Amino acid sequence: MNTSLAQTTLPNPSHDDPAPAPQQKTSITSRYKSREQRTGWLMLSPAVVLLVLFILIPAVLSFGLAFTNARLISPHPATFVGMDNFARLFTDETFYRSLVNVAYFALIVVPLQGGVALLMAILINTKVRGVTFFRTLYFLPVVTSMVVVSLLWMFIYSKDGLLNEIIAKLSFGALQGADWLNNPSTALPAIMLMSVWQGAGFHMIIWLSGLQTISAELYEAADLDGVSRWQRFRYITWPGLAATRNLILITITIQALSLFTQINVMTQGGPLDATTTLVYQAVRSGFKQQETAYASAISLVFFALVLIISAIQRYLTREKS
Amino acid sequence: MATILETKTAKVPVAAPAKRRRIRSLSAWTVRVLLGIVFSFPLLFMFVSSLKPDAQIFGDLSSIAAFLPVGNLSFENYSAVFDRVPAARFLINSIGISAVTVVLGVLINSLAAFALSRMQLRGKGIILTLIIATLIVPFETLALPLVWWVNQLPWLEVNGFSLSLTTGWLDTYQVQIIPFIANAFSIYLFHQYFESIPKELDEAARVDGAGWFKIYSRIVMPLSGPAIATVSILTFLPAWNSYLWPLMVVQSEELRPVMIGVQYFFQLNVSWGEIMAYSSMITLPVVALFIAFQRSFVNSIATSGVKG
Amino acid sequence: MKTRFTRLLASSLSVAALTAGLAGCGAGPKDGANGELTLWTHNAGNAPELDAIQEVVDAFNASQDNATIKVQAFPQDSYNDSVVAAASANKLPCLVDIDGPNVPNWAWAQYLRPLELSTDLSKHLDSTLGNWNGTTYAVGTYDVALSLMARKSDLDAAGVRGATIEKPWTKDEFDAALASLKALGRWDYPLDLGTAGTGEWTPYAYSPLLQSFGGDLINRDGAQSADGYLNSAPAVAWGTWFRGLVEQGYMAQKSGKDSTLDFLNHKSAIVYTGSWAADKAREALGDDLAVMPSVDLGTGPKIGGGSWQWGVSTGCANPEAAMDYLDFSLRSENIAKVAKATGTIPATDAAAELVPGFEPGGTNRILMDFSKKFSVLRPETPAYAFISSEFEKATADILAGAVPQKALNRAVKNIDANIKSNKGYTN
Repeated sequence: MNTSLAQTTLPNPSHDDPAPAPQQKTSITSRYKSREQRTGWLMLSPAVVLLVLFILIPAVLSFGLAFTNARLISPHPATFVGMDNFARLFTDETFYRSLVNVAYFALIVVPLQGGVALLMAILINTKVRGVTFFRTLYFLPVVTSMVVVSLLWMFIYSKDGLLNEIIAKLSFGALQGADWLNNPSTALPAIMLMSVWQGAGFHMIIWLSGLQTISAELYEAADLDGVSRWQRFRYITWPGLAATRNLILITITIQALSLFTQINVMTQGGPLDATTTLVYQAVRSGFKQQETAYASAISLVFFALVLIISAIQRYLTREKS
Repeated sequence: MATILETKTAKVPVAAPAKRRRIRSLSAWTVRVLLGIVFSFPLLFMFVSSLKPDAQIFGDLSSIAAFLPVGNLSFENYSAVFDRVPAARFLINSIGISAVTVVLGVLINSLAAFALSRMQLRGKGIILTLIIATLIVPFETLALPLVWWVNQLPWLEVNGFSLSLTTGWLDTYQVQIIPFIANAFSIYLFHQYFESIPKELDEAARVDGAGWFKIYSRIVMPLSGPAIATVSILTFLPAWNSYLWPLMVVQSEELRPVMIGVQYFFQLNVSWGEIMAYSSMITLPVVALFIAFQRSFVNSIATSGVKG
Repeated sequence: MKTRFTRLLASSLSVAALTAGLAGCGAGPKDGANGELTLWTHNAGNAPELDAIQEVVDAFNASQDNATIKVQAFPQDSYNDSVVAAASANKLPCLVDIDGPNVPNWAWAQYLRPLELSTDLSKHLDSTLGNWNGTTYAVGTYDVALSLMARKSDLDAAGVRGATIEKPWTKDEFDAALASLKALGRWDYPLDLGTAGTGEWTPYAYSPLLQSFGGDLINRDGAQSADGYLNSAPAVAWGTWFRGLVEQGYMAQKSGKDSTLDFLNHKSAIVYTGSWAADKAREALGDDLAVMPSVDLGTGPKIGGGSWQWGVSTGCANPEAAMDYLDFSLRSENIAKVAKATGTIPATDAAAELVPGFEPGGTNRILMDFSKKFSVLRPETPAYAFISSEFEKATADILAGAVPQKALNRAVKNIDANIKSNKGYTN
């Protein structure tokens, strides 16, 4: 930090700070710095206050409830019950089924959705005429609400629905599609496919914002050298996307672990718990079954799991780079 | 980077680049078109069905006609929508709620990101990590305590020229807006983008006597068009699509947003044509907005020359 | 800076806690305080019913000067979620619409006050009264009844006898009828029991079948345990039979979204649907329509009783006006108005005289007879909300192929644990 710079940005030098004369230089710097601190906090505070008010406090409330017997509707006040809710949760077979489902979902959806989104981002990150149109097409599912999307895909997946018609036509009647959402082995994959379809456009935009931080000159140089498409990707695009990659990985993972709306609209966790998830279980317990405290316990376990997974992901991605 | 490229390119034969480029371009277009079909056909089905009577929607389901505007077409479903749902009111509400959320969201989150990216704040790494950690909490699990909590919050009510302090945000517009303004994801996106804007620009401005707010508003934000566009779209979407929250906190019909309207159609006799019509109606504004904003997505830093 | 951050965090938390503490003491103004009472109803988007209620309200507002009622309509599918969220924040309006089986739950939670009406409720269908612990907390102007509908021509073609209220189908007869209808080969599935339905539809439609087998959702004596009822031998027999309908190809594991429409479009031969669809079906099929009672699966036909009812919240500042409105809405002409608009069964004989089709000998009178003769209330216990969701899941699992005994045992275990953790719901 250089002093003259600090002085020019200090319009009011009479700012009272009884610093001794010999150390005037450094004191101006520190005064400048404390001003920078104050301004910085001023800029930061609206967001921080709102996050505290609307995420941190409700989260603390929710987690506190996990150790009580609070109910949505009850004439009795909530009392502290220690770990009872957790003891019940860890003996609940639906809970373990939820864990397995969510892990399965995340393992497939994270790479698939990230990959498809990246492919689309690269395909539309050019100034070629007509690409704008496709950018809009790819983004269409994202702008459609998940509730509406789920309703539409119920038509597609129904036993005599669109998908089975297409399968029958393409195979000239040789193949008969499944009853996708009512078959325990196909229900979750069907929802995965739909989720990737709905969410890929969103992450395409994130990839795109990452792609645009890569200098065009690098590509121009590569074009002059006539490198292959794969080399272009491998040695320019991929390294340039390091920061974006982590963001995508984390957000798709969280999105996958939080799977809820599709389940709520399409399968209600069935058939035979094949599509039940932690968040679905929490909402069902908290709302329909009015067991607020139990729902909070599920949320707390969910939160801990995501935290652990994110930490692992952070650790792994850090090691690579 | 450059050295890697040179060594790699050396091995590639330089034959017929024009022809190869043409094949490349052709294959790229094939993939674009195929993806385009996959990503648009359910919505095409939605729109086409919105023009058909119910019986025909189901009749066409087993053929390509499901995607074609054929048969008995009319806007009857659309006019029926207005008989069932105060659609105009809901649209106005949602536009207002989403617009305010986006404007305040861009402002507040970019300010926070600016402080974290450009200024020498002690402990900013930890703060950024803490902010990102809030992404982990899915909204559904917070909804119930949040209902109770917002009902305890105070609010200054303006009645003409008099102010009065009220308690409880239930059944208001602000309860649909304020909890969703600050967003860790937006802060992260802005932060990431601001990091790519050279810091020498700020220093130059500071030499000229500019304060931090001036650097923010005159230098950093004007260069952040793509980030603003991205954050705007990503803030707009959940605001527009919000469903569970207004269901719980809004009781007056006059204050409801569009997604609640979808529920109006699930009566004893479900009218699928009307659902498709309503869904098309509430999707269209978002598509229009995206088309309006998307030019900004490609205005990359690389091309605008900031980086060089 | 860390310390400053923690200080900021601590101070905002304490400010927040302080406002919460202050706010907790003085909640906002109570509904009804200024002579304006709010009424919440479940039929947003359902214009005929909403208009009928609005008409009754308008007539009441015009009939006196003490109070004005304001209608606020919610969509049905999410009505319960909206209302429960508002209730948990103590924001209920004076007059609320409640699905009958939820009344004990709300009464137990002290959201509803006992009714004090001048109307003589003894002449009302029992199933329109929301009782708990010997007190009436809610009253409905109508009930609905489930029935089996078919085309007489189809039954004749398959050589199947039409069921009557005196001689309903037995289980064996019903199974044989399904076999003969299936043999005609006209339908993928001859039977449509509405298996696409979710939520309250499941216990409303299928727990009467379970009861006809001889099982029940809970031991109704004290309502403390489901053991020996929901997982009894007759209950397991119900589950096995129910899944068997899917396995034998008599009905779809998940039917179409609109069973009545599918029936009218020749996608099924027998549909299990309510009085609300009767007019529509009669209009389409005329005399070919057969409206038949549900099947006698062992202990006689049973159908669910109890539909939407009205209650007055404990937080209401003007309960007298709210009770006056209820009395007004229970006048015969008002009961008839709503019943006509919704195709439902009017709560009293006097009102039935005024509803075309429901007068003695009318085409829809038979539905009122079903309701009087076969209806069984869902258990009148505050535990019902929980029981309902457990039964819904168990039924869905059984339809998807779960072992009935196992699915039902699991439901029983959860229900009993819930009742115990709520101290028996006895207050």
